[in-house]
Amino acid sequence: MIRFLRSAMVIARRDFTATVLSKAFIFFLLAPLFPLLMGGVFGGIGARVATQAQRPVVAVVASREDFAPIAAARSNLAQATSDDAVVRLVNYQPGPDLAVQQKRLLASRNPPIQAVLRASTGDFQLAGDVHKGDATDRQLRLILHNAGAAESAAPPLEVESIKTSSPGSLVKDRAITAQIGQMLLFFLTILLSGMLLSQLIEEKSNKIIEVIAAAVPIDALFVGKLFAMLAASVLGIFVWLSAGALLIQFIKQGGVQTLPPPAVGWPGFLLLSVVYFAMNYMLLGAAFLTIGAQASTVREVQTMSMPITFGQVLIFGFASTVIGAPDSAEGIAAAVFPLSSPMAMLARAAEQPDWWPHLVAIAWQGLWVALILRTGAHMFRKTVLKSGPRTRWWKRRSVA
Amino acid sequence: MLRQVSQSAASSAIAVEAVDLVKEFDGTRAVDGVSLSVPAGSIYGLLGPNGAGKTTALRMLIGIIDPSSGSRRVLGRDRPLEAATEVGYLPEERGLYPSMHARDAIAFMGALRGLPLQEGRRRADALLDEHKLGDWARKPIRSLSKGMAQTVQLLGTIIHKPRLIVLDEPFAGLDAINQARLEELIRREARAGVTIIFSTHVIAHAERLCEQVAIIAKGKVAFDGGVDEARSRLRPIVRLGTRASDGPWRSAIPANARRDGSEWVFELPEGGPEPLLKALIDGGAGIETLAIERPGLHDAFVAIAGDAAAAAMGQDKSQ
Repeated sequence: MIRFLRSAMVIARRDFTATVLSKAFIFFLLAPLFPLLMGGVFGGIGARVATQAQRPVVAVVASREDFAPIAAARSNLAQATSDDAVVRLVNYQPGPDLAVQQKRLLASRNPPIQAVLRASTGDFQLAGDVHKGDATDRQLRLILHNAGAAESAAPPLEVESIKTSSPGSLVKDRAITAQIGQMLLFFLTILLSGMLLSQLIEEKSNKIIEVIAAAVPIDALFVGKLFAMLAASVLGIFVWLSAGALLIQFIKQGGVQTLPPPAVGWPGFLLLSVVYFAMNYMLLGAAFLTIGAQASTVREVQTMSMPITFGQVLIFGFASTVIGAPDSAEGIAAAVFPLSSPMAMLARAAEQPDWWPHLVAIAWQGLWVALILRTGAHMFRKTVLKSGPRTRWWKRRSVA
Repeated sequence: MLRQVSQSAASSAIAVEAVDLVKEFDGTRAVDGVSLSVPAGSIYGLLGPNGAGKTTALRMLIGIIDPSSGSRRVLGRDRPLEAATEVGYLPEERGLYPSMHARDAIAFMGALRGLPLQEGRRRADALLDEHKLGDWARKPIRSLSKGMAQTVQLLGTIIHKPRLIVLDEPFAGLDAINQARLEELIRREARAGVTIIFSTHVIAHAERLCEQVAIIAKGKVAFDGGVDEARSRLRPIVRLGTRASDGPWRSAIPANARRDGSEWVFELPEGGPEPLLKALIDGGAGIETLAIERPGLHDAFVAIAGDAAAAAMGQDKSQ
């Protein structure tokens, strides 16, 4: 085992040095600018969709009689504009302790409640993630005005701004965090997988593979290559994260502290991001090494690249189903399917505070990394080095 | 049932032993039951025409590929890769990282075989100086000539001071000067007790260097033994020049004797030179020139490899 690790280390050190000290690494460091730009555009579209799906509601604590004219006024307004454009209202019967009820409602996840409106015979109080003059405030004033117009002039509206984030807006923000996290993971992996394939081809065309295969086990070669690229990419991520944090610090008032916190907290999320990136990279990287090892020329790699990229996009799309619904059937399936698991679980980390699913997922993904690596090394020996006796699968079965 | 490599290979007397090695590629038998035994500290030549199966046999011996059947034992180990730190290998198709510096390439090859990088760099500098490549130590491989790059790879093969060196067609692509240098390097390593196996289809190198050879043809070992033993398979050649064109002396030379210019050329008859000489003199040949030539390894190789190839082709036809 020590010799195996030492051999893998020799390969990894060579590859890491060759990668990081090359001029191409500068371009690698600049590469995220392009996907980030694309991610910004597509993320904006996605965020809008997410906003619509997860649109928070205003809880109206009022008797049925008091709520009826308000609901009618909202309905009129929605007809005049569009239902999506108007704040959603959900009626709750007043409880014995209104303060406790308000606190409970603001903590509700299903549905996510942005603010609580207490309505009682012409007396209105609004509390939650609202500010005087913002869209919710203005819409509610209009609705209440219309509701009371038949009986009297517009009633006074008292607004109380509560500084803490309400779960309603937090859910939305965390969905965005999950989406951005997944997107970064996806683009980073797709970038690195291509580099990994090219390196293996370079090695094969240099014939150095013969020298290496004579000295170290093929498994060690695979592991070494994977870890070299992983180390190079972690270095890249460190540079990118530092640059990103500095940028946010400069352009956003309050700096990085103002970013919406993921469900597991920032330190936990960053730690899981690194772990899931490593797992995602090793899972896809091991699969690509296996496929790439079968190619003998750059042209063959290019031919293979297109279906591989399509496959990655499909997996990314599958993993995206987790956002906003990590406990749905699709979400769980995406978390269980090895190739989409890291992306799905990162999204979960942004939205759900539990840690134990991550420990299980990391162990599960690790198992698959080992399995794919073993298979890859075996295929490489069989198909590239043409090693070992010819054994048919039906013969293997009969032996077993 | 397959005969297994004997445990005696673990002893220092035998460095490499192979028994009935077979390798098939998509139904084609590239190596067909190769058995050989390489004494420790010897220079062992693997001779054969192109496509005979030499490279495949070597790749199996050092563990790059596993045989379809058969067994091998290298430096006392059944799994050749377990002895990797004590083995140096120069493949037929040379390969180095073009952007790597010469000393780093050598040190990297040593590191693959368990030599610490720092020590590898130190030894690389010394070896490059010794081979008059000191000025190129910190130059990338891509800036070296083909001969220089081959020397660098060869130095990478021996950097970790292996007990066994396997060289696949090491002289290919080298000019005469570098070939002579390589021969000297092989002799020096052998003097230091290192076992050397090399393959070649240029017999002159094997004749100058080897104590033992295996001749491979069509995937089979046609001959395995000492160089003198290979030569002795052929009878000496007689070159005879006579004043008389005909006479009783003609009965002393074989019927298949051929003319080469003014000389008769034929194999030395069973009885040896003395009865031949007597018959020629008594028969009035009027001997002008008489030379008895010992056959070279090349003649033996052509005879042995040619026979085996012919036999194998005969088998193919009969199937």
